[in-house]
Amino acid sequence: MLISRRIALALPAAALALAVGSAHAQDTMKLKIGTEGAYPPFNNLTADGSLEGFDVDIAKALCAEMKAECEFVTQDWDGIIPALQAGKFDAIIASMSITEDRKKQVDFSNKYYNTPPALVVPKESDITGTSREDLAGKVIGAQGATTHATFAETTFSDSDVKVYPTAEEYKLDMVNGRLDAVIDDVIVLQEFLDSEDGACCKVLGTLTPDEAIYGPGIGIAVRQGEDELREKLNAAITAIRENGKYKEINDQYFSFDVYGD
Amino acid sequence: MSANGTIAVERPPEVKQGWTRARIIGVVLLTIWAALGLGVLIFMVNAWDPDIFARYAPRYLSGLWVTIQLVAVSVICGALLSVPIALGRMSRNKLIAGLAYAYVYFFRGTPLLAQTFLIYYGLGSFRPELQAIGLWGFFREAWYCAAFAFTLNTSAYQAEILRGAVESVGRGQWEAASALGLSKLQTLRKIIIPQALIVALRPYGNEIILMIKGSAIVAIITVYDLMGETRRAYARTFDFQTYIWAAIIYLGIVEVLRNAIDWIELRITKHLKR
Repeated sequence: MLISRRIALALPAAALALAVGSAHAQDTMKLKIGTEGAYPPFNNLTADGSLEGFDVDIAKALCAEMKAECEFVTQDWDGIIPALQAGKFDAIIASMSITEDRKKQVDFSNKYYNTPPALVVPKESDITGTSREDLAGKVIGAQGATTHATFAETTFSDSDVKVYPTAEEYKLDMVNGRLDAVIDDVIVLQEFLDSEDGACCKVLGTLTPDEAIYGPGIGIAVRQGEDELREKLNAAITAIRENGKYKEINDQYFSFDVYGD
Repeated sequence: MSANGTIAVERPPEVKQGWTRARIIGVVLLTIWAALGLGVLIFMVNAWDPDIFARYAPRYLSGLWVTIQLVAVSVICGALLSVPIALGRMSRNKLIAGLAYAYVYFFRGTPLLAQTFLIYYGLGSFRPELQAIGLWGFFREAWYCAAFAFTLNTSAYQAEILRGAVESVGRGQWEAASALGLSKLQTLRKIIIPQALIVALRPYGNEIILMIKGSAIVAIITVYDLMGETRRAYARTFDFQTYIWAAIIYLGIVEVLRNAIDWIELRITKHLKR
């Protein structure tokens, strides 16, 4: 699965590289953007290997706003920060929460969206609430190296938290019936419920995000000290919020404004 | 020998002393390795963080325990399973030999990662069927799935080790035993296996070492072994020393195992030493 994903990736990347090479751009900024490609509807690879999703469209809008030429690079989630630091790309636009731990490693732009986490359970589940007691003794799935996993491990300390490499695997295991609940972003889970496999399950409820773990929202990560790029990204976020481009993209995916307040 | 008592002895050529080319290359390579080792050591000393150590050392230990349990169970179950497979491979019955060959061919020819993934997620999608035959309780647990996948995988390799070792014992041994009136099973148990094990010991050691390193993939099915705990620690700390610690622990296990195999070999080949 992984290998075909990489090959699938290489083709559009090569096409893009050609396009960039032939553009004769003199002083336009060239940016490589890292994303995961396994987190629908924010960023995922389609069957033909191209990237789509809210993060991807926002990234393209920001690039257009900054008059930058952007190229996407996909990277497994748990290695995405080291890859940024190693210079494989210049910015991470992959639904990454702005957290204190990550700030020790990278700098963040302002948030570009902020949605709450939620719990999804099988339709016939006997779990009634979202408190620690309600989930005591239950098995909860989450994606590893995410704020959701950290939150689940600290909040639901009486439950067995199982950690998966990507969202795909916990979805599989939810369908297979090994999990009593999964935790993730409410929008990601809603997308899952709307899919064919999601027929098994329902949203139990959204959770109040713990600010200490989740931070102020989702931002764009850049290498530390790259203040110029960070400022440009901030200005571009403000600009697309104001000129309606953000709303246009938002409305393609969601029925409410995911920017938060 | 000539009549006057002098003996012409052919001596080996004089060994060249001093700085030969091979010696220079050797010393340079050794220096590079030593420098790398020193670099890692300096990095570890600089990166030493008592907080991280206190927080993650217990997790590493529990991960290590998971790794050891998983490999021990798989290697032992695999050894038991490998006996009928090896016998099948040596069988003169075409059907049995073909089946055993197909088994070995499949498990040696596909990645352990794919096998583990298929057994955990793939079989998981047949939950109603598994429940109907009462096996869901087993396949529900990630640890059992991992042990199952590893057992199947290692049994294919071990069967080939066993087969090769048994076939390495000369036909004459079988014939001699037969002439003495020993049954096939007696011959195998008393004559062939003791000799075959000497041949098989090193490959078995290699197989266990490969399993220990191969088991590092098990975190994809949520079993948090040493590597899984390492990745979790890295995801929280973004500190490369987490991986170096894992490497050191794996090296330690392999070193212990290597010495154990050496010791066993010394014991079982005592009669061959002069």
